[in-house]
Amino acid sequence: MLSFESVKMGFDGFDLSVADMALDPNIYAVLGPSGAGKSTFLSVIAGFLRLKSGFIRWNTTDMTKSSPADRPVGMVFQDHNLFPHLTLYRNLALALTHRRRITDDQDRAIRSAMDRVGLGGLETRKPAAISGGQQSRAALARVLLQNRPITILDEPFAALGPALKNEMLDLVSELAHERGNTVLMVTHDPNDARRIAPKSILVADHMVHPPVETKDLLSSPPPSFAEYLGQVPNS
Amino acid sequence: MKAIPVIAGGLVVMLVLFPLITVWRWAETGSSFSPADWAALRFTVIQSVLSAGVSCVLAIPVARALARRSFWGRSVVITLLGAPFILPVIVAVMGLLAVFGQNGILNTMLAAIGAPSVSIYGLSGVLLAHVFFNMPLVTRMILQGWVAIPSERLRLAESLGLRGWARFRVLEWPMLYNILPSAFGIVFVICLSSFAVALTLGGGPRATTLELAIYQAFRFDFDLGKAAALAMVQLALAGGTAMITVFAAGKDPFAKGLDSAFSATTLAHDGRIIDGVAITLAIIFLGMPFVMIVGHGGGAIFDLPSSVWWAAGRSIAIAVGSTVLCLVFALALARRWGEVIGSAGIAISPLVLGSGLFLMIRPITNPFDWALVITMVMNATLSLPFVLRILRPQAESIRAEYQHLARTIGLGPMAWVRWVLIPRLRRPIGFAAGLTAALSMGDLGVIVLFGTSDHATLPLKLYQLMGSYRMDQASAAAVLLLTLSLGAFWICEYWGRKDA
Repeated sequence: MLSFESVKMGFDGFDLSVADMALDPNIYAVLGPSGAGKSTFLSVIAGFLRLKSGFIRWNTTDMTKSSPADRPVGMVFQDHNLFPHLTLYRNLALALTHRRRITDDQDRAIRSAMDRVGLGGLETRKPAAISGGQQSRAALARVLLQNRPITILDEPFAALGPALKNEMLDLVSELAHERGNTVLMVTHDPNDARRIAPKSILVADHMVHPPVETKDLLSSPPPSFAEYLGQVPNS
Repeated sequence: MKAIPVIAGGLVVMLVLFPLITVWRWAETGSSFSPADWAALRFTVIQSVLSAGVSCVLAIPVARALARRSFWGRSVVITLLGAPFILPVIVAVMGLLAVFGQNGILNTMLAAIGAPSVSIYGLSGVLLAHVFFNMPLVTRMILQGWVAIPSERLRLAESLGLRGWARFRVLEWPMLYNILPSAFGIVFVICLSSFAVALTLGGGPRATTLELAIYQAFRFDFDLGKAAALAMVQLALAGGTAMITVFAAGKDPFAKGLDSAFSATTLAHDGRIIDGVAITLAIIFLGMPFVMIVGHGGGAIFDLPSSVWWAAGRSIAIAVGSTVLCLVFALALARRWGEVIGSAGIAISPLVLGSGLFLMIRPITNPFDWALVITMVMNATLSLPFVLRILRPQAESIRAEYQHLARTIGLGPMAWVRWVLIPRLRRPIGFAAGLTAALSMGDLGVIVLFGTSDHATLPLKLYQLMGSYRMDQASAAAVLLLTLSLGAFWICEYWGRKDA
C-alpha cells in the first residue's frame, strides 16, 4: 500500500499538493492537462524531488527521506532509459551490481528478465542497434530485475506507433499482474488508460486527486480536464 | 556526491590564492621601480600589441584562402594549424633559429647575394616566434567566422554578383569585425605572459618582458621583494586583460567543423593567385622550422648523453602526473561554477604563480628540492581552464540526461564516473588529456625558476644545451622533445577515438 499524507511540494513558483490517499496494488493512469504536474508527481514518488511537507509511506515504512535507489520504486523514463555506450546485458547488469564481474545468479536473473520481455539473444547489442520498441522492453526488463513493488512510468511509449504501443501496454499489464505490483503511468492518451488502467489519478489545478474509476473520469471529466481532452465541458 | 566537487574547488582556490597573497605581502618589501623595470613593462606591452597585430593581419588572407579554396591536403593544413598549440616553445625556437638565425638558411641566402644579414634576437625574434605560434590560432578563429556566415548570405552575394571590394564590405568585413577584436585580445593576452620566447630570443635591456624580469630578479639578483613587486605588476596587467578578454570574447578557438570549403562559386572565381601565394607562404613559414629541426637532429637522437634521457624520463613523469591530476580535478569541477573557479589559472601567469609558491615553500623547506612536484601541480593548474572548456558542456548534458537513471539504480559517485562519465566523455577526455600531456611535456616556465641541472626536465635540458652552444645535441634533443610531445598528444587522442 502506497500512501500519501499531507504531501506538498513546490519549486520555482510551481506548487502541487497531493490528496491524502492510499493506493492498493493496481494499475493507475496519471492523467491531466500539460504542465499540471504529472511528471512532478512521479518525481516525488521516485525521490528526485524533495517534499515541502508531508509523508510518503510504503506499507508502514516512511520513505519520504529515502534516496531514489533505496525506495521500493522502479522507474521507466520517457527516454534515457539505457546508457548508449553499454550493451543491453551490461545496462541490465548495472541494476544488480556495479562490479565488472557478474555472478552466476545474476547472470541467470538477467537472462530470464530478457527472455520474459522478449529480448533473448540481444545481450550484446547496444541500444542504438535495437528498435524503439525493443528499447522500451529493455527498460521494462531493468524494472523487472530491480524487483520493486512499485513501478512508475513517465509517458514511456510516447514515441512508439499505435500497434507497438498497445503491445507494450499489454506487457506492462501482464507483468503488473504477475507480480502484484502497484503501477503508476503518466500518459497523454486516454486510450492508454482505458486499455490497462482500471483506475486513474487526475492531476489538475495544482492538485493530485485521489484515484477514481478510469471510465468514470473519462466519461464525465471535470472542466479543466475536459478542455484538455477536447470535449465540450458538461454544463 | 556534492562533497567531491566542493573539495576540488576549494583546493584549486587555495592553490591560486595562497601564492598570490604571499606575492602581495612580499611585494611591499620590494625596492622602487627602476628604469629597467619600466622598460620591461613597456616592452611587454609593445611586443604584445605588435605580435597580436601582425598575427591578425597575416591570418586574414590565409583564412580567406582556406575558406574558399578546396584543394588536396586542405584538411591536413587546417589540422596542422592546431599544432603550434601543443608544440614545445623551445622546439619552435630551435626551428626558427635554423631558418632565421645567424647561420640559418635565410642569412645563408642573403650572404650568397651579398645582402646584409638579419638578426633574430631582440624584438624581431620575439615577434617572429609569437606570430609563428599565434597566426595559426587567429587563422582558425577567422576560418570559423567564414564557416559561420549563413549560406543565404553567400548565395545572396553571389546572385548580386558582388566582387572585390563590394564583396569584402558585405561578407568579409562584418565577420572580421566580429572576430578580430577578440582574436587580437586573446593573442595580446597570451603574449603578455610570454616567458620562454623572451627567455630564448629576447633579453637584454631592450627586449625583456615582465615575466623574464621576474625570473631574472629571482635567479640572478635573488631580490625576492623585487620579483614579487614585478609579479604584482604582471598580475594586474596580464590578469586584468585576460579577464576582460575572456568575458568579452566567448569565441572558442577549439570548435570543430572547419572541414568543408564553400560551394559558393563566385567566391572561388577570382583571387586564385593571391590565395595560392597566401597558402604556400603560410605552409613554408609554419613548416620550414619543423623540417629543419628534424633534418638537423633526427639522426643524432640515439647518440644523446644519458643526462638528456634522464631529463626526458622526468618530463614524461611530469606529463603523466599533471595529466592525471588535471583530469581528476576537471571531472570533479565540470560544472558551471567549477569552470569559473578552475579558470582562475588563465588570469595568472606561470611565473607569478611560481614565484608565490617559491616564497611560500621557502620558509618550510628548500623549494629547489620540490621543483618537479611543483612543476607537475602548476602544469595541471594551468591546463585546467582549457580542459574544463573542453569537458564541461558535454559533462553537463550527460548529467542532465542520465542522472535520474543513475539514481534509480543507485550508482554512487565512483560507479557513475566509471560506468557513465568516463565512457561517455571518452573523446573529449582523450583530446583534453592530449593537450595537457603535450603542454606539460614541453613546458619551459616554472621549471626554469626552480630547476637545477640535477633535476632538469627535457625542455630545460634543451635550453641548457643551447646556452652552452652544443647545437648538435640540442637539435637531437629538440627532435626527442617534439616526438614526445606529439606522441603524448597522439596516444591520448587515439585512446579517446578508439572504440571501447
